Amino acid sequence: MKGMTTIVKKTTQLIAGMVFMYGIYVIIHGHLTPGGGFAGGVILAGSFILLILAFGSDFVKLMKEETGSTLYENLAILTVLLLALSGLLLGTRIFFMNWMPKGTLGQLISAGMLPLYNIFVGIEVAASILTIFLALVIFKEEMKE
Amino acid sequence: MNPLIPLFVAIPLAGAFLIMILGRFIKDFNKYFASLILLILLIFSIYSLITTGSKLSLYKVGGWEPVNGVPIGIYMVMDGFTVIVLCIINIVGFLSVFYSISYIKRYTAENYYYALFCLMVAGMNGVVLSGDLFNIFVFLEISVIGAYALVAFGVEKNELEATFKYQVLGGIASFIILFGIGLIYWKTKTLNIADIKASMSSGYEKSFYLFAQILILSGFGLKAAIIPFHAWLPDAHSSAPSPISAMLSGVLIKAVGIYVIIRLFFNMFAITEGMSILITTLGTLSMVIGVFLAIGQWDIKRLLAYHSISQMGYVVLSAGIGMILISRGEKPEVAALAITGGVFHLINHAAFKGLLFLNAGAIEYTIGTRDLHEMGGLSKFMPATSATSFIASMSISGIPPFNGFFSKLIIIIAAIMARFYFVALLAVIVSIITLASFLKFQRYAFYNKTDAVNERKIKEVPFPMIFSMVIMSILCVLLSLLVIPGIRELVLTPAIDILMDPSKYSSIITGN
Repeated sequence: MKGMTTIVKKTTQLIAGMVFMYGIYVIIHGHLTPGGGFAGGVILAGSFILLILAFGSDFVKLMKEETGSTLYENLAILTVLLLALSGLLLGTRIFFMNWMPKGTLGQLISAGMLPLYNIFVGIEVAASILTIFLALVIFKEEMKE
Repeated sequence: MNPLIPLFVAIPLAGAFLIMILGRFIKDFNKYFASLILLILLIFSIYSLITTGSKLSLYKVGGWEPVNGVPIGIYMVMDGFTVIVLCIINIVGFLSVFYSISYIKRYTAENYYYALFCLMVAGMNGVVLSGDLFNIFVFLEISVIGAYALVAFGVEKNELEATFKYQVLGGIASFIILFGIGLIYWKTKTLNIADIKASMSSGYEKSFYLFAQILILSGFGLKAAIIPFHAWLPDAHSSAPSPISAMLSGVLIKAVGIYVIIRLFFNMFAITEGMSILITTLGTLSMVIGVFLAIGQWDIKRLLAYHSISQMGYVVLSAGIGMILISRGEKPEVAALAITGGVFHLINHAAFKGLLFLNAGAIEYTIGTRDLHEMGGLSKFMPATSATSFIASMSISGIPPFNGFFSKLIIIIAAIMARFYFVALLAVIVSIITLASFLKFQRYAFYNKTDAVNERKIKEVPFPMIFSMVIMSILCVLLSLLVIPGIRELVLTPAIDILMDPSKYSSIITGN
């Protein structure tokens, strides 16, 4: 896949970082403001997709990236499951139990385990949307040959 | 709270993701790990079957207690009927995944196969255990998305066409189900099955719920392939890899289709006579039309797939007869007998139809075709496959020592006692036609002599495949023991009790 013009590349360099930061903001404020893991994850994936579209990438590199994103996706969702199971194993022996201290309402670090779930769901969603995008790009590259 | 209940969902999910991670680095990790996971689930489900009995255990996910008697969290419920379906899922699942160890070598991307298989099992366990409508929908989607991908696993023209048809019709079904759930939620302000039942007890709008009932019946009917909604099933079940066909036909249409229909119509909606007559009619139609569509087929897996429609017709029909009698309030013992027949046939069908698809897979594995014209004389070369498929064929046609006979007998007796003479006659005729079509299968596949086959080198299939088929055939014989009084009380009666009493399920859960 070829990259785009210098104007697009420069603009993307300026924007991608901000998009990424905004995604992180949405994820870590998931328990306080609208949004959360899913919405933030989609924004995170958006910043990666912008970079790939603007700068282009060769086939081998795309395959490597896809392997990486699949791995991250599986690790993140496994962590979510382990967090849910931690309630069953430790805490009060209940699946999905929110056993961590709740903190004060409205603070960034509060709500027990919810921010943790949000963070890992965010990674999972970002990685899976990136995987879907990469799979489509790889499919198109393969069709050319 | 029983900690096993969430583990039925969590273990296969964790397994699916671990296979995707570790399967990349460790050779042969996927097949043994998937078998191990299904073996653990199998042990758990049999343990639950033994310990549950007639109690109903409730699991409040996240520990959310009800507020003013109104359930607010996600409830998972395990009762007599649930454990039966759980056992079916995990036993057939384990045998299929063990069978896959040799069978799936012909395909690439084994990691995806085992991961999707685990996801599908997780989804089905979730549907069966879930105590609220929306989670039924979510888990249903997990399991059918796994199934869509697995049907297309061969990635050739037929498979892709079948999976496309399945996805379109499955998507329509999911939409209809979600719409129905939405309507119910709008009126009752709750999603918990027991709570919906409780809120309906104080009067409800008849025509509104009739609409919701029709939506739910057509949605889950599409998933269960009851006759007007059956178009996707023959394609999907015949193009999937054979262990997956065994899972789809033996388990998936029951767990996400028939089980949910029976659970919702007996334990959630008020049973009305109109609805029960509709369900009985649909069941009778599936039973009759399915078998007539099946008899002309020459592709073994298509033949088996059409028989699935027909056999599921028996289950729906007997549940419908039970509903009619309950709604009229007459002959409760006959209603219980009809439902017993239905649930028993559900269990038996999983055993013999799973086995038949595994046999079809074994034949395809050795001679590479599914066309009955091109087979013949296989009994000499494949004695184990031949013997097990003979047992399965006799079970599905209802020949005495095998399990199919007893469940069909109970259904027919119940239909006669409920004065549905015509339905009973149809059930007998369908059973005879089933026998005819399976004699055709036996003759052309195993006994007919053809020259074309003798030229090829035919060997018996490898050990994992024989092991699964032999265990399934032993189950086919042993399951007929369930009719014996003493064993019946342990397994079938708790399930029948929870279905027979319309308010028992909700009153235990809501505590009123």
